[in-house]
Amino acid sequence: MQSRMDGMDGVIIKTAGISKEFSGVYVLKDINVEIRRGEIFGIVGENGAGKSTFIKILGGTYTPSEGQILFEGRPVHIRDAGVAKRIGIATIPQEVNLVGDLNVYENIFLGNEYRVGAWLLDKKKMMSKARELLRDLHTDIAPDERIDRLSVAQKRMVEIAKAITHDPKVLIMDEPTASLTQYETDVLLNLMRHLKERGVTVIFISHRLKEVKRVCDRVMVLRDGETVSVDSARDLSEHEIAKRMVGRELDTIFPEKVEAQGTTVLRVEGLSVRGVLHDVSFDLKKGEILGFAGLIGAGRTELAEALIGVRRKTSGKILAHGKECVVNSPGDAIRHGIAYLSEDRQGIGILTSFNLVANTTLVSLGKYCRLLINARKEREKARFYVDAFNIKAPSIETRLEFLSGGNQQKVSLAKSLDPGPEIFILDEPTRGIDVNAKKEIYDFIRQLVMSGISCILISSELEEIIGICSRVAVMRDGRIAGILEGDRICEEEIMYYATGLKGRAS
Amino acid sequence: MNIRAIPKRVIPKRLDYERFGSLYALILLFIVSSIASPYFLQLQNILNILRQVSYTGIIALGMTFVIISGGIDLSVGSMTALVGGIVILTLNKFGGEIGAIIIAIVVGMLLGLVGGAANGLIITVGKVAPFVATLGTMAIFRSLTLYVSNAGEFRSVSSIYPGLGMGDLLGIPVPVWIMLGLAVVFHIVLTRTRYGRYVCAVGSNERVARYAAIKTEVIRFTSYLVVGLTVAVSAVLLSSRLNSISSTNAGLNFELDAIAAVIIGGTPLTGGSGTIPGTVFGAIILGIINNMLNMLGVSPYLQGTVKGLVIIGAVLIQRKRR
Repeated sequence: MQSRMDGMDGVIIKTAGISKEFSGVYVLKDINVEIRRGEIFGIVGENGAGKSTFIKILGGTYTPSEGQILFEGRPVHIRDAGVAKRIGIATIPQEVNLVGDLNVYENIFLGNEYRVGAWLLDKKKMMSKARELLRDLHTDIAPDERIDRLSVAQKRMVEIAKAITHDPKVLIMDEPTASLTQYETDVLLNLMRHLKERGVTVIFISHRLKEVKRVCDRVMVLRDGETVSVDSARDLSEHEIAKRMVGRELDTIFPEKVEAQGTTVLRVEGLSVRGVLHDVSFDLKKGEILGFAGLIGAGRTELAEALIGVRRKTSGKILAHGKECVVNSPGDAIRHGIAYLSEDRQGIGILTSFNLVANTTLVSLGKYCRLLINARKEREKARFYVDAFNIKAPSIETRLEFLSGGNQQKVSLAKSLDPGPEIFILDEPTRGIDVNAKKEIYDFIRQLVMSGISCILISSELEEIIGICSRVAVMRDGRIAGILEGDRICEEEIMYYATGLKGRAS
Repeated sequence: MNIRAIPKRVIPKRLDYERFGSLYALILLFIVSSIASPYFLQLQNILNILRQVSYTGIIALGMTFVIISGGIDLSVGSMTALVGGIVILTLNKFGGEIGAIIIAIVVGMLLGLVGGAANGLIITVGKVAPFVATLGTMAIFRSLTLYVSNAGEFRSVSSIYPGLGMGDLLGIPVPVWIMLGLAVVFHIVLTRTRYGRYVCAVGSNERVARYAAIKTEVIRFTSYLVVGLTVAVSAVLLSSRLNSISSTNAGLNFELDAIAAVIIGGTPLTGGSGTIPGTVFGAIILGIINNMLNMLGVSPYLQGTVKGLVIIGAVLIQRKRR
């Protein structure tokens, strides 16, 4: 691959004055950048900075309004995804894009099936090739497992396997680590280095600056559609990158920790759900942020689902203020003051075809109507949240599909908060949103606990868990492996418990 | 402070179509028709069209709820025949006077609810896909009708019953009044009540709705009750207009016309959103097309072709907007 003579100075992609406008608004302005063969090239920026637009242009989803792309020294016109694939640019999209009803190898080879003769599929060959690809990724996913049965992280791995089957020259990864745990992230970062050694250029977009710093050779910072800088990653500190992204000095991202107030508002005793949760017990105190850490599949989301009555518990008790409560449906949970913010924003959290108002009051609609819905009252409340959470939207009538991920998340937060819960379960509240929005969400959580609401924070970002939680429960294989307090809340301790080096055996 | 990648002009366009697309189509059709035929604009013709569309139009109102909630009901035509037949049997049994008419109407409404409840239970409790469930009840309702009447006609003995379906108020036929009245009520229910909001939520994304503490099964179940009720209303009006119900022909293809009206009215078959005025416009569009084809002397056998093309066209336009 490298022996071929093309391009100059090892530049594989050169953009000359690339711009993109939508309805007169420039989302990308005059991007001039040279991406070198066999480097890991990071792109960072806030949501709306133009990262996605830029890679969608390289991937053929959008065509630039102005400017030119040179691929291996030759001008190319990437009309569509097919052209991108043919010249050797593969993209792993942000959202999982697999057919749930098919199994792993069928998805990997979808549209490029190996055949015996003209018509018959060569299943054996596809299976073995898929197994090989997945082994390279250090996963133990079976090639004949149905996609529906896989976790988000596993699906991500399949997506990556699918992208590298065609031996691309350039691999674009849009937030590939957003739903991965630390361990899976490490595997992925190693894989990127591995690909780089094979001469593949990797374009890596991530909000996690630590990863960017760790793995990238060079980093481009975008802000408001313009290039702020392109520098060697070695010369940049995470702090410096963050500063360039927002264009100002960031004070510490995590607010001051809040002391819990003592009384127990929620006690869970011996909670079990067949096959996923085993004998889970913990207390939640008033005004506390209790973190739940663990690897993907450790049972954290399942615990949340059991607490809000989506999963039927097989044994155990849930006590609110010392009294046992029956929670068999989300409605029961809300009556007992338990709210849930889902990790799956678009699948569970919000209705993308509904506007901001209707989403905000979806759970608490009863408060806004007698016989008819009081539209004025409802809109007032929506406006209140728009101001309180700094939600950026053209109007409160805008459908949520037109809002950015961070703003959708804020609406989802408002929706869960509006019934006035006492206990708030936040499941990956900052997944896939930018630094600024993250900081805002941390501040909201702090305000919540200051006002006496107790929070359960489920997160795969250890920094976040360490930064804001007063206690941390680490889960493994459906059990609580240990509960950490004070100085013991640190990355090493959490990983010891999460991976089974410490704590009770499963 | 950030540049938002929101193509602002796109947003109103889409909303526009959903709200007014069928109205634009109706206005266009109206103008074309009045040019094509001088008789079209005569009051009697317009009233005739409205009366003709009211029977399936009323059912289409209920169907709008079912389709928005993500379901479908294929059994409405057969159910119309069954309910209409039983209404006439009841009427005859009690003598055909005003008291008998009231009893018959009450029985009809209850039967509509029972039929809707049967569909709703099979779909929500039995977890059978709506298409399959109502395909089954469509066959069952028709066969019951044929059995009860021995494949003949239900004939009413009442002399005053036709007054209901034939009558008019301020020059406008009773069925048209009822369709418009129900449309107003349903529009308010859909846009201004919790139930209406929940119907849209369930159709938009059932999982989100369930996590938002909405009893999704109850919402879906009741949408079939609503359509059952509209079927009963339509069956009463139809049976009183003819003073009889044919077990083989009554309500034939009503499900197609009702679903077509909903789709032409801008409600996507995948559910989640839709409007009652759209459905009314959709029903009237179908009526005008039939009327024009008749007046222009197009073979009645070809009318189905035109109707089919209109339905497909409406869906294609919607798809493009998406």
